[in-house]
Amino acid sequence: MNRPNVDQLKDIAKEIRKDVLTMLSEAGSGHTSGSLSCIEIVVALYYYKLQNDPKNPKWAERDRFILSKGHTCPTLYAVLARRGFFPCEALMTLRKRGSILQGHASLCTPGCEASTGSLGQGLSISNGVALAGRLDFKDYRVYCLMGDGEQDEGQVWEAAMTSAHYKIDNLCAIVDYNKQQIDGWLSDVKNIEPLKDKWAAFGWHVLEVDGHDFKQLMDAFDKAEMVKGKPTVIIAHTVKGKGVSYVEKNSVGFHGTTPKKADLEKALKEIEEGL
Amino acid sequence: MADLKPTRDGFGEALVELGKTNEEVVVLSADLTSSVRANWFREKYPERFFDFGVAEQDMMSTAAGFALCGKIPFATTFGIFASGRAWDQIRLSICYMNLNVKVVGSHGGISVGPDGASHQALEEITLMRVLPNMTVIVPCDSEEARVATIAAVSHKGPVYLRLGREPFPIITNYKGDYRIGKAVTMADGSDLTIISTGIMVQEAMKACEELKKQGISARVINLHTVKPIDKDVIVKAAKETGAIVTAEEHTVVGGMGSAVAEVLAENFPVPVKMVGMKDRFGESGEARDLMKYFGLTSEGINAAALEVLKLKK
Repeated sequence: MNRPNVDQLKDIAKEIRKDVLTMLSEAGSGHTSGSLSCIEIVVALYYYKLQNDPKNPKWAERDRFILSKGHTCPTLYAVLARRGFFPCEALMTLRKRGSILQGHASLCTPGCEASTGSLGQGLSISNGVALAGRLDFKDYRVYCLMGDGEQDEGQVWEAAMTSAHYKIDNLCAIVDYNKQQIDGWLSDVKNIEPLKDKWAAFGWHVLEVDGHDFKQLMDAFDKAEMVKGKPTVIIAHTVKGKGVSYVEKNSVGFHGTTPKKADLEKALKEIEEGL
Repeated sequence: MADLKPTRDGFGEALVELGKTNEEVVVLSADLTSSVRANWFREKYPERFFDFGVAEQDMMSTAAGFALCGKIPFATTFGIFASGRAWDQIRLSICYMNLNVKVVGSHGGISVGPDGASHQALEEITLMRVLPNMTVIVPCDSEEARVATIAAVSHKGPVYLRLGREPFPIITNYKGDYRIGKAVTMADGSDLTIISTGIMVQEAMKACEELKKQGISARVINLHTVKPIDKDVIVKAAKETGAIVTAEEHTVVGGMGSAVAEVLAENFPVPVKMVGMKDRFGESGEARDLMKYFGLTSEGINAAALEVLKLKK
């Protein structure tokens, strides 16, 4: 694959954003605002960073991406489809009976590396994948995207200690820090600050970026690869509902709901015009 | 008196064998390495041993990650923490993905003894058998634990292996004929059948002798695999003997007895009496005293046998 430049990545993100909204609107249920906040992160990984092969999704040497915040799978599905892991027509079957696209990330989707949905488990799974690679002398890397509300889960911190203890440096975690969870602002529901200090105290190399800025994301993924002897976490500051004004304004409301068909056109127009 | 050995020892021995014969086997532990006898593997194959400290949930999901890459992880801890603390991780990270993880819960049952209710796992069979894709195995002696561990590696998919702390005699003698899902008839009989699992097989055999003295012919079945359950053997026993006693060192709520009753209710209903923990927690005490106190003995099985015979038509 030719690695796209930043302008091309922005165009790809536009298409993914439209896919995600169209899929969710068609499905009539699902997690809109958290899917929108992580689009640049997932696009940067699949179009810039990951070494993989859509025609051979089980290639043993491939880099792995584990979506720990499994409820935002529409973004992963759209990216996998556009990268050629399965036909784009399948996107309109999201959440329907018999679909390869389940309501939360599932192994039954070609290219999806793990079933998730009960928060907090993805980082542990990633540790296992990374340690297995080390045992087999493979040089693949593992990327794990977590939510910020997910940081409430105790298992995240159990796993964080494991990664640091075993010096798992073929692992890069990303926190989609959109500052909101189902019940409201993180600062009101359960404050996770100081997040950077927490990860550092747990023995991780910590990077902070604007999670919608491709240049910053690409630099961070490259830097993470250079860090040896410890795992790296990228705290990606994002906007929940990014790219659609009425979702951004009511991003908590859109955590677990989807745009009505009538509102979809408005959203697609906004994205196209880059508002 | 025959040599006494806990089932956890047979497991630990098998791990060392597997370390040599199967390089994909990795062992995970949660700060109870010696208690579950994973230390023998650790000594020989330290590069394939991983300790997670007191973090069972992390261990289970990490085991899933290993299995996603073709490894065969044994995730070991006490039964209460494996089946209870990390149930959601076993459900989603392991069973939903149908991964080749072997979950090992040692210190099952009331025979854990003095540690008391917090550590006496009495619910694992119930909690594990409700999970799709899961296989549930409860060995009755150290030798059966050894062969079951080796069989678990040949079986593709999640397995829960329930082990115990208290030493018991070796009563099985497998000659390469142990099969997951295939119950073993330990003694034949015609008046009733005692279906037992784990160390209660030992008590069932004693009860069988006692009943014989009373002129009662009891069949004894060792249901070492609770799931998938050996329906044929259970239905055959119901048809041929007409009454069933189940015996498990576990709650009767949803446990092995319930699993047997489900098979009978759907296929060939006969009277059933269940020996097990009657919907209550345990308490501290010496293992054998506790088994006696809660009726988890040959005497308890004997009494249940006499009761079920009264119900038999």
